[in-house]
Amino acid sequence: MKEIRLMKGNEAIAEGAIRAGCDGYFGYPITPQSEVLEYLMENRPEERTGMFVLQAESEIASIHMVYGGAACGKRVMTSSSSPGISLMQEGISFMAGTELPCLLLNVVRGGPGLGTIQPSQSDYFQAVKGGGHGDYKMIVLAPASVQEMYDFAKLGFELAFKYRIQVMILSDGAIGQMMEKVVLDEQLPRITDEEIKKKYPWATTGKTPDRERNIITSLDLDPVRQEKINIHLQEKFKKIAENEVRLEKLMCDDAEYLFVAYGSSARVCQKAMQLGRDKGIKVGLLRPITLFPFPYEEIKRLSSQVKGIQCVEMSAGQMIEDVKLGANGKVPVEHFGRLGGIIPAPDEVLNVLIKNFIKN
Amino acid sequence: MENSISKEKICQPENLVYSKTPLMTCNPLSYCPGCGHGTAHRMIMEVIEELNMQAETIGVAPVGCSVLAYDFLDIDMQQAAHGRAPAVATGIKRLMPNKLVFTYQGDGDLAAIGTGETLHACNRGENICIFFVNNGIYGMTGGQMAPTTLPNMKTSTSPFGRDAASTGQPLKITELVAMLPGTSYVTRQSVHTPANVRKTKKAIEKAFQCQLEKKGLAFVEIVSNCNSGWKMTPLDSNKWMEENMFPFFPLGDIKVPK
Amino acid sequence: MTEEIIIAGFGGQGVLSMGKILAYAGMMQQKEVSWMPSYGPEMRGGTANVTVILSDERISSPILNKFDTAIILNQQSMDKFENSVKKGGLLIYDPNGITRHPVRNDINIYMVKASDESAKQNFKKGFNMYILGAFLKMKPLISPEYMKIGFEKSLPARHHHLIPQNLDAIERGKEIIEKVHTI
Repeated sequence: MKEIRLMKGNEAIAEGAIRAGCDGYFGYPITPQSEVLEYLMENRPEERTGMFVLQAESEIASIHMVYGGAACGKRVMTSSSSPGISLMQEGISFMAGTELPCLLLNVVRGGPGLGTIQPSQSDYFQAVKGGGHGDYKMIVLAPASVQEMYDFAKLGFELAFKYRIQVMILSDGAIGQMMEKVVLDEQLPRITDEEIKKKYPWATTGKTPDRERNIITSLDLDPVRQEKINIHLQEKFKKIAENEVRLEKLMCDDAEYLFVAYGSSARVCQKAMQLGRDKGIKVGLLRPITLFPFPYEEIKRLSSQVKGIQCVEMSAGQMIEDVKLGANGKVPVEHFGRLGGIIPAPDEVLNVLIKNFIKN
Repeated sequence: MENSISKEKICQPENLVYSKTPLMTCNPLSYCPGCGHGTAHRMIMEVIEELNMQAETIGVAPVGCSVLAYDFLDIDMQQAAHGRAPAVATGIKRLMPNKLVFTYQGDGDLAAIGTGETLHACNRGENICIFFVNNGIYGMTGGQMAPTTLPNMKTSTSPFGRDAASTGQPLKITELVAMLPGTSYVTRQSVHTPANVRKTKKAIEKAFQCQLEKKGLAFVEIVSNCNSGWKMTPLDSNKWMEENMFPFFPLGDIKVPK
Repeated sequence: MTEEIIIAGFGGQGVLSMGKILAYAGMMQQKEVSWMPSYGPEMRGGTANVTVILSDERISSPILNKFDTAIILNQQSMDKFENSVKKGGLLIYDPNGITRHPVRNDINIYMVKASDESAKQNFKKGFNMYILGAFLKMKPLISPEYMKIGFEKSLPARHHHLIPQNLDAIERGKEIIEKVHTI
């Protein structure tokens, strides 16, 4: 039988990273995600797997430490919350330009500015549309449970190295702070330096006579070459969009109305859906698990089935833009969100759906 | 024309007393004629060659004139965001502790935008080498004021001379990092005369030795000229450097390894 | 079976740890569980609350505004959560420090003088365990042997010698619960 533990989301992703064979973590404390670094320090991964953990002097330093390690072909991660992720955008853009794989965690809190430490989903645009400068995308995974916080560490590293891309786990304070049951996997071995040389020939592992020197840089001053680099990146993002969409559908088969929500909002909507079903309202839930790539096709398909789509986000309406692109005008799409760190209640959400689509 | 000089005649084995290290690539240097960067590059590469560490070395290039250092150095290199080279090098060294890791940074990169990363890498005693080329000006972006620009020195953003009352005195970051317990060896050198070049090479050797012996961060400042930015001939710029830069940034060891 | 519980009181009363032990024991008894705390500055001396859900099915929202049971340990929490109990639900409170007692007549209300009992037994740290015992008397969702396993799993080994005393406090809590109002 697999080991089970009651864990906070923040602890689960730390444990997930250790067990996925992560080589290094660099981070800086910020509420509501400091448990990630605390858990790693407490659990001595250096003794367990040789994984290295360092508290850096800032989020800026953290992300550039990640850059240095990732460029050596190592599995490296950092975590932060909204204001800290803003500081990291420089490094994230540089990693996009150099195609360095890494795992990033944003346990989102309400903003703008220092905002609040309570959960929010107001960093969707920053994560999905590119928070830093330049034309780039990250793969964005949205966990809705503590188990997914754990699972996505491993999945995130797999995707990051499969595509040489940054994978951001876009969580929030609720998922980070809550405890749920987590089923743990066996420890995976860390990758060896020999394996890195074979699998990642681009990595800076030291120039040997059998190859040219490896250079990790995002700079090319020749616009013709720079355009080619950008086209290559866009082709990669297209391939990811075609192959890596992940979503969950609940009670969609006979649904006349649809909730679309991710992360903790999706959990609230799941309850709202149950309350709705109890009242005889045929409502389903589509939960995007990947926010990039976004499940446009599934929303398009469901748009010809349902009478209305109710988006629920803890933001002023960010994901709804992608939902509208998917629905493409076929069906009314409405937004409901609470701001500033307030999590909507299930009956509140259901009442909004009823008001928007049924009572009228 | 028996006595005329031809390439074939010169290229005789007995005449080949000087050659470039194979760790420098054949790419022509992009630096202005008279600039010290090329010499500094070459000294670092000569030492790595002599240590036989090409396959074990990972360098970090900054933003600034030496942003393209990786075009000239035949080793694996990473290009870091402006000022972040010490953090990048930290990431490399902590995950690849057996590699020889160095950053190569200018004054704007190391002592302005990257001050935080520099001080904290030094304070942690990261087992890396930092080679810091200080020419008191932003060369690549066209001669703007640097944190090490001397008082009253004219730059494109201090066209009437640096007003120290408003912009502060030049930052002696090398003296600053020498105060931190994490640094093992801190020195200031130059590459404007053959004698100074030899001293600089010795300092680079010592710095790498500190890293190999895991003594902590070794920090080598190289005071250099920027004849283009200073708007002087190379010779005049070296003279100006001796007369003006060296009194403020005196050469020599500031902290020696125990 | 799904039981949705809010436990609310002051920081330092063991609100979060009571919820954690309950959740851990539930998990060991093959239940789905969630533990969602209020977090942040209010934890440090202010009010603290935690939502615990025990269920035989996958748990939907870990964040709720209606509860099957409210366990209330100070006046602020009484003011905030009395009306959050579902009709027909359960409210358990410690009267110590309560100036305005619950007034609803569409729910079942019980009190447990856990403060007094923990002082009497000279086991002030066990305050929350008397409360937990009272809850388990009303809602016997977790069997005593799984409570023990819950302690063993959630406490570090160096604290395991304290488990018997805590289990005794739970049993005592079951005895000292008093009915205030039932429907």
